[in-house]
Amino acid sequence: MTGTEQLKRMLATATAGAALLFAQGPARAELTVEITEGVTDPIPIAIVPFGWPGIGGPAPIDVADVVASDLQRSGRFRPMARSDMVDLPTQASDVVVDDWRLLRNDFVVVGQLQPGANQGEYTIKYALVNVLNGQKMLEYSQPASTPTLRAASHRVSDKIFEKLTGIPGAFSTRIAYVSVLGQPPNSRYQLIVADADGMNPHVVTQSSEPIMSPAWSPDGQNLAYVSFEGRMAAVYVQILRSGERRRVSARAGINGAPAWSPDGKRLALTLSHKDGNLDVYVLGLNDQVLTRVTEDNAIDTEPAWSPDGKSIYFTSDRSGAPQIYRVGLGAGERAQRVSFEGSYNARPRVSPDGTQLAMVTLDRGAYRIALMNLKSNSTRILTQGNLDESPSFAPNGAVLIYGAQDKGRGVLATVSVDGSVHQRIAADQGDIREPIWSPLPAS
Amino acid sequence: MRNALLLTMLSATMLLVGCPKRDQVKEAPPATTEGGATTTPGAESGVGTGRAGGEDAAALEQARLNQRIIYFDFDNADIRPEFRDTIAAHAKRLAGNTSLKVRLEGHTDERGSREYNVGLGERRAQSVRRALMLLGVGEAQITTVSYGEERPAVQGDDEAAWAKNRRVEIVYAN
Repeated sequence: MTGTEQLKRMLATATAGAALLFAQGPARAELTVEITEGVTDPIPIAIVPFGWPGIGGPAPIDVADVVASDLQRSGRFRPMARSDMVDLPTQASDVVVDDWRLLRNDFVVVGQLQPGANQGEYTIKYALVNVLNGQKMLEYSQPASTPTLRAASHRVSDKIFEKLTGIPGAFSTRIAYVSVLGQPPNSRYQLIVADADGMNPHVVTQSSEPIMSPAWSPDGQNLAYVSFEGRMAAVYVQILRSGERRRVSARAGINGAPAWSPDGKRLALTLSHKDGNLDVYVLGLNDQVLTRVTEDNAIDTEPAWSPDGKSIYFTSDRSGAPQIYRVGLGAGERAQRVSFEGSYNARPRVSPDGTQLAMVTLDRGAYRIALMNLKSNSTRILTQGNLDESPSFAPNGAVLIYGAQDKGRGVLATVSVDGSVHQRIAADQGDIREPIWSPLPAS
Repeated sequence: MRNALLLTMLSATMLLVGCPKRDQVKEAPPATTEGGATTTPGAESGVGTGRAGGEDAAALEQARLNQRIIYFDFDNADIRPEFRDTIAAHAKRLAGNTSLKVRLEGHTDERGSREYNVGLGERRAQSVRRALMLLGVGEAQITTVSYGEERPAVQGDDEAAWAKNRRVEIVYAN
C-alpha cells in the first residue's frame, strides 16, 4: 500500500466515524403524496379487507389498505371505498361475482394474512378475480416477517399492477432525496431514503453544508453523493445498512455528479482539477484507477450510463449551450451530440431498457422534463412546471420522479412516461429535491 | 492591462468613500444586469476635487477590499467592468502579502440543472482566479469551490433574487 493510499484509508475511516454519529435517524419531515392528474378512465377494483385468524389482538398490518393506496396513487385504478362493500370474502371461492359487478367493479382482490409457524412470521395469501368472467387471474402466497410486512404488502400491489397493466409494479421500491431545512446561511441539508409511498423516511446523512447528487448503487445497498462538508466538494459512498461511508474522490476542484456503472464496480463522476475544466471520468471503486472519458474545454458533466455499460451520456456546453452528448467507452471513440431540439438540454437519464432519454429542457422560458426517443430522436415535454429538474426513472421505466417548485417550495413530483398520470410529493416542512428512484429489490 | 486596471481604480467612486462597509455586511448587487455602470456618472469627477488625498485613497482602497462579492450576468462568467477595481484591490493586497490566502466561492441562480450549475459557478470562480493571477497573485494563494445553486444568497424566484445569487464570493482564509 502506498503512502497516499494509506492516507486515503485513514481519511475514509475518520469521516466514516463522523458520519455514524448522525446517520440513520428517523427523519422529522413526513411526506404526503397526492395525485394531481390521473388517467381519465381508471380501472374500478375492490380490495376487500384481508382476513386475520390471529389470536391475541388485531392484524399487525392492514394489507388491503396498503394495496388500495398504492393502486389509487398510481392514477390508473379507482379502488372501491370499504363502506360501499356489501360482502367481505377472504378467498376467491367466496366471491359472488354478480354482486361485485352490480357494484361496478371490474376486479376484486381478496386475501388473508396468516401467522406463520414461528413468532413474527407471516404469509399473505391473496387472489385477483375478474368479475366480468369469474376467472381467477392470480393466486399467490407472499411470505413476510414483522419488519417486512409493509414491503410484502407493496409486493402484492406490484403483482396486481403488473397483471392488470402489463407494467411491472414499482411499489416496493424506495426513493432517496435531499431535504433542506431553514434559510441560508443556517440551512440544514439531509439525505433521506423513504419508501416509494413516502412512508418510513430515514436520514442517511446530514450536514450544515450542501449535499447533492445522490445515486443508488445497482444493488440498492449503497448511495453515492456529493457533500460540501469542510467547504470543499467530495464524493462519498455510504452503505445504507451500516451507515459506514467512504470518501472516494476529494481531488482539487469539483468532485461531482456520481453515477454507478450497471455492474456497480465503477463510478462515473465529474472532476475539474485545479484549472476548473470540468470533464467526465470513470473511477474504479476497487482499484481506484481513474480514466478520463471526455476531453474538452467546455463544461462536461452529469454522466449517465447506458444500461449495457458501454457508453456514457453527459451534458456539455461545447456548442455554446448545454446539450446532451454520448460517448462510447471503447478506445478512441469520439463524443456524438444527441439532443438537437431547443437551446438548453441537460442532466440526461437513460430509461432501464435503453430506448429513451429523460432530461431537463428549456421550454418557452421554463425548465421542464422532456423525454427523447433514442431511436426516432423525437422529443416530448412531459411536465408543466417552471423549474422542473433532476429526472429519475422508476426501475420499471413507466414513471419518472423529478424535483419541482410549488409556491416557492421544493417538492417532488412524478409523471408517467406517457404523460397521463401526475403525482406530487411534498414534505410537511422545508424543501425537498433531487429525488432518485431505487432499483427493484432483489426478489 | 495592469496599468488600465490601476487607472480605473484611481478614477473610482466617491460614493464608496463616504460609507465604507463593515466586513460582515453583504454588498447589495448592482441594479443593472447587463454589465452597465453602477456608479453615477458624476461620481468619477469627484476624485479630482481636493478629496483625493492619501487618507481618502486609503479609505477608497479599504472600501474596495470590503467589497467581497463579484456579480455576474445570466449564464455568463465574464467579469463586468464595474468589478475590475474591486478585483484589482484584492489582487494588490494578496500580491503584497503572499501568506494571505483566498477561497473563491462560485454560485449561480436556481435555473437549470444542478450539476451543470456547479460547472457554471466554477467557471465564474476561475474567471476571478485568472484575473487575480494576471495581477500578480500567486497560484498557491487561491483555491476555488463551486456551490452551483446550492447556497443562494437570497431566496426568491425573480430576476432581482437571481441577480444577487449569480456571484463569486472572495473569502479570506487567514
